[in-house]
Amino acid sequence: MILIAAFYLFATLVIASAVMVIFARNPVHSVMWLILAFFNAAGLMLLVGAEFIAMLLVIVYVGAVAVLFLFVVMMLDIDFAELRAGFVRYMPLGALVAVILAAELIFALGAWSAGKIDLAARAAPVVTDKSNIQQIGELLYTRYIFLFEAAGIVLLVAMIGAIVLTHRQRGGVRIQNISEQNKRRPEDATRMVDPGVGQGVEL
Amino acid sequence: MTADLMLIWPELILTIGGLVTLMLGTFAGDRQVGLYQVSALLTLAAAAAAVVALFGVETTVFSGTLSVDGFGGFAKLLIYAASFVCIIIAPRFFGGGMRAEYPTLILFAALGMGIMASSRDLMTLYVGLELNSLAAYVLASFMRTDERSSEAGLKYFVLGALASGMLLYGISLLYGFTGTTDFAGIATVLGGELNIGLIFGIVFVLAGLGFKISAVPFHMWTPDVYEGAPTPVTTFFATAPKVAAMALMTRVVIDAMGPAVGAWQQIVIFLSLASIILGAVGAIGQKNIKRLLAYSSINNVGFMLVGLAAGTPQGVEGVLTYLLVYMLTTLGAFLVVLQLRDADGNQVESIPALAGLSQRRPGLAAAMAVFLFSLAGIPPLFGFWPKYLVFEAAVNANLLPLAVAGIVASVIGAFYYIAIIKTMYFDDKSDTEIPAGGGAIVEDAVITASALWLSVIGYLFIPLLAVLSASAAAVLF
Repeated sequence: MILIAAFYLFATLVIASAVMVIFARNPVHSVMWLILAFFNAAGLMLLVGAEFIAMLLVIVYVGAVAVLFLFVVMMLDIDFAELRAGFVRYMPLGALVAVILAAELIFALGAWSAGKIDLAARAAPVVTDKSNIQQIGELLYTRYIFLFEAAGIVLLVAMIGAIVLTHRQRGGVRIQNISEQNKRRPEDATRMVDPGVGQGVEL
Repeated sequence: MTADLMLIWPELILTIGGLVTLMLGTFAGDRQVGLYQVSALLTLAAAAAAVVALFGVETTVFSGTLSVDGFGGFAKLLIYAASFVCIIIAPRFFGGGMRAEYPTLILFAALGMGIMASSRDLMTLYVGLELNSLAAYVLASFMRTDERSSEAGLKYFVLGALASGMLLYGISLLYGFTGTTDFAGIATVLGGELNIGLIFGIVFVLAGLGFKISAVPFHMWTPDVYEGAPTPVTTFFATAPKVAAMALMTRVVIDAMGPAVGAWQQIVIFLSLASIILGAVGAIGQKNIKRLLAYSSINNVGFMLVGLAAGTPQGVEGVLTYLLVYMLTTLGAFLVVLQLRDADGNQVESIPALAGLSQRRPGLAAAMAVFLFSLAGIPPLFGFWPKYLVFEAAVNANLLPLAVAGIVASVIGAFYYIAIIKTMYFDDKSDTEIPAGGGAIVEDAVITASALWLSVIGYLFIPLLAVLSASAAAVLF
């Protein structure tokens, strides 16, 4: 009973905050709603017994991804008036696409509740005497090891891509040169002067 | 595990070679073009040799996530060959702007495409696809100071991300309703009763893959990206990823969705007809040769899908032969485009500027005529043969109306190919001077070889091609 109540609470809040992500006028508010959605999704994960994924959602998505979003959104200089200008013009098309997507989702959900899923056909049968982390780790480093490594290459390519597209050589940069600095003697840098009265110092 | 590693030599070689090339570029500097070029080319050659050495092996590795077989081998050889040529032609085009990341990204893209072509699990499919796509987005905007190139990269990225989203939605539906991501497991479930969730999964997966092969109605990025990207990169986009995505689509459709013919066949037929017709009609008004070749590639993808729609071993053989011939023709055509420079050394891309090319550069014009006639599928040239194969497969699979519609639309397509040939041979000289000579020997050799192969010699290879494509196609059935 309490499980069902908790499920409906979390599920309703996920959907409601996801809707608010889209409808919030201020992008910063959108990110806040997104964080709420992540939290509730983590709650849903807890309910199905995937506590590790629940913690990951909180640590990685809320802790890192959402904060990063927040940084980017705050740095962007967004002109809201301009954003809203095209709204009426694209409204019919947008509404049509939205209706189609909504209909598809409803169909899919209806079918899901009608049809039966044969859970016995799962690639990895659920082993209850092991913890979440152990189960995920065993799958990741045995069955899916090739994909795991390939995903590493994908990240490498993303890194190379970011450097290719943004890195440039700047002129006039003072780079620290330790041997030059150590070679510098006091005589090169300082000068002893003995100015006469009223003559001042020439720098 | 070690035994599995011995069967993925091509992937291992490409990964290590890519890292070595990257390091060479970093430590020797971007000016040492020869050094990292050679390293990248050697890597591709070694990977191709490994593929050849593995011919005849037919098994799955890493708990069935990856398959090692003749079908993947055939596709990988084509992919590596196209990547090889695209690396060779780059330094001359980029000049001082050449950087070591270009061959590196091509190598990693080739790795991703190899994974795509030999995937037999929805997750492998997605990882391979993303590896290839990410490298491709960066390559499209490789000339980042050029406005068109950056625009092409951004467009490709946004639409590619949309396509990935659709594909993932489809994958999640298929996984949710079948309980597995394994192609064989999905096929078992699809053999039973189909529910609407499975059908939605099939539709979304095919839509996501349709983006990658640029089939209508998911083609809209193609002309803009092909026009904006640097020409060597466009050459790459038009050849290797097309082969990989088409091989992947064939594998998904036959291997995973095979039993649900009724569900996917009508989608493939629709994609095929729409691509053939829109590819032919859309090309007519184009003034830019790269845009025109983009529409030509959409049109040709439509013809390949005719073979796929048949869903028979004969149809898949037709698709594979088509891929080989299409790849050679397109490589040749883009290499010709690469040779077109005006007196100042700027690239010429407008079609009216080609007027009178036959007098200034007779050899180049003749080669271009061969490629265009071959793309149009006019009989004495070899481009006719794969078209004949796919239509024959479609007729044998009782898809006569599709074959008839395709043939009618190919006549429309022939119009714009012949219009370019008319411009080159019969129009008055244009103001843009395209001086003779100056072509690199390697590029001229590739153009000559592919033009000769497509004109007559190709027919001598039909028995060999038939054996190769039949053994590759047999893997899927």
